[in-house]
Amino acid sequence: MRLSEAMLTAGRGLLPVWLLLFTLVPLLMVLAVSLLTRDETGFITPEVTLENYRRLFDPFYLKVFTDSMAMAGLATLLCLGLAYPFAYLLSRVGLAWRGVLLTLVIVPFWTNSLIRIYAIRSLLAAKGAMNSLLLALGLIDEPVRLLYSGWAVGLGLVYVLLPFMILPLYSSFEKLDRRLIEAAADLYAGRWAIFRHVIVPLTAPGIAAGCLLVFLPALGLFYVTDVLGGSRNLMIGALLKDQFLEARDWPFGSAASLIVIVGLFLLMGVYRWAQRWAGTGAVDDV
Amino acid sequence: MSRSGTAYLWGVFAFLYLPMVVLLAYSFNESPYGSSWDRLGWEWYRRLADDPLLIEATLNSLMVALLSASLATIIGTAGAVGLCLYAFRGQAFFHGLLMVTLMAPEIVMGVSLLVLFLALKIPLGFGSLLLAHITFCLPFVAVTVFSRLKDFDSRLIESARDLGASEAQAIGHVVLPLALPAIGAGWLLSFTLSLDDVVVSFFVTGPDFEVLPLRIYSMVRMGIKPEVNALATLLFGLSMALVILSQRLLGRKL
Repeated sequence: MRLSEAMLTAGRGLLPVWLLLFTLVPLLMVLAVSLLTRDETGFITPEVTLENYRRLFDPFYLKVFTDSMAMAGLATLLCLGLAYPFAYLLSRVGLAWRGVLLTLVIVPFWTNSLIRIYAIRSLLAAKGAMNSLLLALGLIDEPVRLLYSGWAVGLGLVYVLLPFMILPLYSSFEKLDRRLIEAAADLYAGRWAIFRHVIVPLTAPGIAAGCLLVFLPALGLFYVTDVLGGSRNLMIGALLKDQFLEARDWPFGSAASLIVIVGLFLLMGVYRWAQRWAGTGAVDDV
Repeated sequence: MSRSGTAYLWGVFAFLYLPMVVLLAYSFNESPYGSSWDRLGWEWYRRLADDPLLIEATLNSLMVALLSASLATIIGTAGAVGLCLYAFRGQAFFHGLLMVTLMAPEIVMGVSLLVLFLALKIPLGFGSLLLAHITFCLPFVAVTVFSRLKDFDSRLIESARDLGASEAQAIGHVVLPLALPAIGAGWLLSFTLSLDDVVVSFFVTGPDFEVLPLRIYSMVRMGIKPEVNALATLLFGLSMALVILSQRLLGRKL
């Protein structure tokens, strides 16, 4: 028995140790590397500098950051706008059907997103289904270029990330106590007041978690711009890929990736605040 | 539900599924550019089976997915039981760290693990890929098992102990059987996540160990290839089967 007790203790300790070694330490290392200097041989020298941070404000990179944030922000708002009513309606479906519909939401979440982006690409291609449909309907006379535009990238991001918005929102709506809405109505709250003061606060954790799970990946999915947008729309994800794997400028790449890391901690803070506001969790149950 | 509500639900489902259905249809269309529909058949599927690079990448992916899902399930389950049943110092901190790992976008994980592996001089390839995949699977297992055990009645352990069971026996015979469906679902999710991952793998694998999603990435970058339609259809079918299995395990009605 003593051996199994020892294994028990070791087993329990493994997860915290793993998280320290493979999550916390690497993040701190990125922070450290961002403060060092690039070596001529493509590595780093232990010479402390703020130069990498100064370069983040170079107009070229600044434009990449603002463009990516605008694109990711737009995708997040579109996902929220589409998913919020959807998650509400899904939580109202009878139990017999809800399981089937929920499974249909989870399947894309479990499907390779590169393949889903490829599906969008072949839909929008010059000889793809969308052009064939428009031609058949007589709306256009010759194939139009739908790919290689900001719109195609935006559509791809919404398509791939929508399930990540729906699931936490659904989890919030499922927990929503309908008696609170009835109580508000009994107290003569109008539809807008109920929405603004009851429904939104109670689903705030779902909103925060959904925005986090859409906005940050949208910044990093380098293959979306690759497959749908050509190389003209450089996003943070593609920039990091280039800096780390091609240019091998680690210190600058680390400084740039801190933008996403800081965003992660900021949005997790917002999520915690939303949880406290609503008094529940959303992500723990997804 | 109102008619417009139902229409809205179906509209969003159509948006989610139509592109995949179109891909599935094209995967059986043998005319070279999919321009006409007069030849239907299995040609693209046959070509997949004749692509040695693709077969190798698939086998590599399956090996990494099986190993990383199994190891993540063991570590994640032990960790979730620990977080649930015991109070220890720094518990809130580790719970927070678990959440950071769960929510960290893939790009952050890819970049930071690459820095770690190169600093520790771990060669990029099978080993680094396995460590990375275990890392991003872990929180999903831990959270799935944790939410199953959250409402666990601790008196069950006390009664087992009162009846003479050791702590390990109580966990082995009482806690783990209760958590088993969630453990199974966690394994399935990990397996799928590992099989699908593009971004993290892109950063942490080496040139001699190619995995399926990266193989697909290079196929897609070279332009539209009808074989990709067939491959996408197969993977989509696999995902669907795994999701249905996992929903059954978690006892959600289908």
